[in-house]
Amino acid sequence: MAIDEALGPKDKAALQDRVEIPAGLWTRCESCGHIVYEKEVAEALNVCPECGHHRRVDARTRVAQLVDADTFEEFAADLTSTDPLKFTDRLPYKERLEREQKKTGEVDAVIIGKAFIRGRGVILAVMNPKFIMASMGAVVGEKITRAVERALEEGLPLIVVTASGGARMQEGMISLVQMAKTSAALARFDDAGGLYVVVASDPTTAGVAASFASLGDVIIAEPKAMIGFAGPRVIANTINAELPEGFQTAEFMLEHGFIDRIVDRGQLRSELARVIDYCGK
Amino acid sequence: MSSSATALTNSNHTSGLSGFLEFEKPLARIQHDIEQLQHEQDGGSKKLAVNIRQQHARFKSTMKRLYSSLTPWETVLVARHPNRPLSTDYLKLIFRDFTELHGDRTFGDDKALITGFARIGKHKVMFIGHNKGKDVKERVACNFGCAHPEGYRKALRKMKLAEKYGLPVVCLIDTQGAYPGIGAEERGISHAIAVNLMEMSRLRTPVVCAVIGEGGSGGALGIGVGDRAAMFQHAFYSVISPEGCAAILWKTADHRKQAAEALRITAPELKKLGLIDTIIPEPMGGAHRNPEAAGEALEKYITTSLDEFKLLATDALVAKRQQRIRDLGSFYDSPSELAAREKAKQLSARRSASRSTRLAKRYVASTNITA
Ligand SMILES: [Zn+2]
Repeated sequence: MAIDEALGPKDKAALQDRVEIPAGLWTRCESCGHIVYEKEVAEALNVCPECGHHRRVDARTRVAQLVDADTFEEFAADLTSTDPLKFTDRLPYKERLEREQKKTGEVDAVIIGKAFIRGRGVILAVMNPKFIMASMGAVVGEKITRAVERALEEGLPLIVVTASGGARMQEGMISLVQMAKTSAALARFDDAGGLYVVVASDPTTAGVAASFASLGDVIIAEPKAMIGFAGPRVIANTINAELPEGFQTAEFMLEHGFIDRIVDRGQLRSELARVIDYCGK
Repeated sequence: MSSSATALTNSNHTSGLSGFLEFEKPLARIQHDIEQLQHEQDGGSKKLAVNIRQQHARFKSTMKRLYSSLTPWETVLVARHPNRPLSTDYLKLIFRDFTELHGDRTFGDDKALITGFARIGKHKVMFIGHNKGKDVKERVACNFGCAHPEGYRKALRKMKLAEKYGLPVVCLIDTQGAYPGIGAEERGISHAIAVNLMEMSRLRTPVVCAVIGEGGSGGALGIGVGDRAAMFQHAFYSVISPEGCAAILWKTADHRKQAAEALRITAPELKKLGLIDTIIPEPMGGAHRNPEAAGEALEKYITTSLDEFKLLATDALVAKRQQRIRDLGSFYDSPSELAAREKAKQLSARRSASRSTRLAKRYVASTNITA
């Protein structure tokens, strides 16, 4: 799926709006259009107090929202892309990466580590929609795989908060085979009886949807998160028709039987703790 | 093939060249000359016969020149050639006693993926192959080889059957990608592909894969995880179609040639990147010019691989496969490693530059040319 497609018209409108409103204090909700107080939104875990719209959050914010204070112990933090194809489109991939790194302060699109959630030890991986729409290249594939292996070694539940525009095109086939790599690691984890919980956030699509995001023992999604394989524009062009309302949302996936529960962000900690208590060893 | 069928397979760029691809214009011209000469030859002149022989030789040498240096985009055109042999052709050419097994036992029977028992060489196998269809009716019925979730689930079901009875699995990949449609999403195309990736990685029987034409993204990988992966010499394998990539990154599909180049989708590039193990040679001018020869090469790849895997104990086979998949993709351990490598590269570039300047100076001195 195109990263562009994951950025809907509402996002674009919101970006424009943000320019007009003094930064940091008040913004317009990209979903309901209400003017909301930023501090209040942050306190509500980046959920709109007016309409309940779950905003995309960067990986660090997500970790802070999810784990017991100061328990996150990151590993493999520095893994860096080799730009294996020496890819250049309108901009060399290397420069694109450097820009993203400068903008976000992150090296790539996922962070992994060990943490506690309501006192229960877990291995946690959180994808970062603010970093090239959390597209998956070799670094993301390797870090997810290492998180799986760490959970296997330590006998801890694995929790992955997914978000992704799909494979990272600039790493070509190397990005595609990360789907196999992460899924194969999960096969080993599954053989060993490990508990794997997916929290699908907006947007979870394409290559990530068609690999580890769909393989959870339990799959939880945030309300209205976009979840799907093919880009909506591609589908609309192929079938030459309008797409139904609510197509490729968490609610759509729940209705069709592909996720277990839709959970508000504010309830995620207690939900995860509950699942661990039922399944964890 | 009817003209409407050519139109349906789209972007084959053969129009007006009667079966020739756009980069094969020189071949079309020679062919045209030959046909004219043959027409004249009805008189039976010896000189004409010699001339025709010469033109045939020219055709051959021109084809050799064109095909020994295909660009990535030209490779895409060859891989999508309307006459390129399909998995159903190879079924007839190199497999025997094919016993088709239909259906996923849940929703339906996806004709975009054909599965069943077959024999090849001295091996009994489970055959899994994308089917693009031979004529318009078949192509529409099988969505041009773009499979739905039930196709991937059917494939997995047959693989599990193969595992149960110790049959190796042979997967022939040839698809633009999984079908992008409402039904595919409703029935969980993501889930179907993901489960195949996971299950194929731990299937307790050998799995041999080959991209015979188009290796289109997740739809290809969905039957593409195994103990060995090969590509035909002029097949391509890509995370996204060159047209799709161009539309996203260059904002116009016109840059498909650049995209094809940048994505590194050809067999030699992917072998260099360590993503495939084997390149299966094609007859001169592409598999469509001699399907029997292409079939022979494919058969050799499949049977030698199966002979080899037969010697491995199942645990060792699966462990080796897992390791093979584990090693896919490289990375630096830190940005400082990246920086160090960049610096080393610059240093060695500078060194070799100064060395070549020294050599050039020496050359100038020795030949007494004033620079
Ligand atoms: Zn709102």
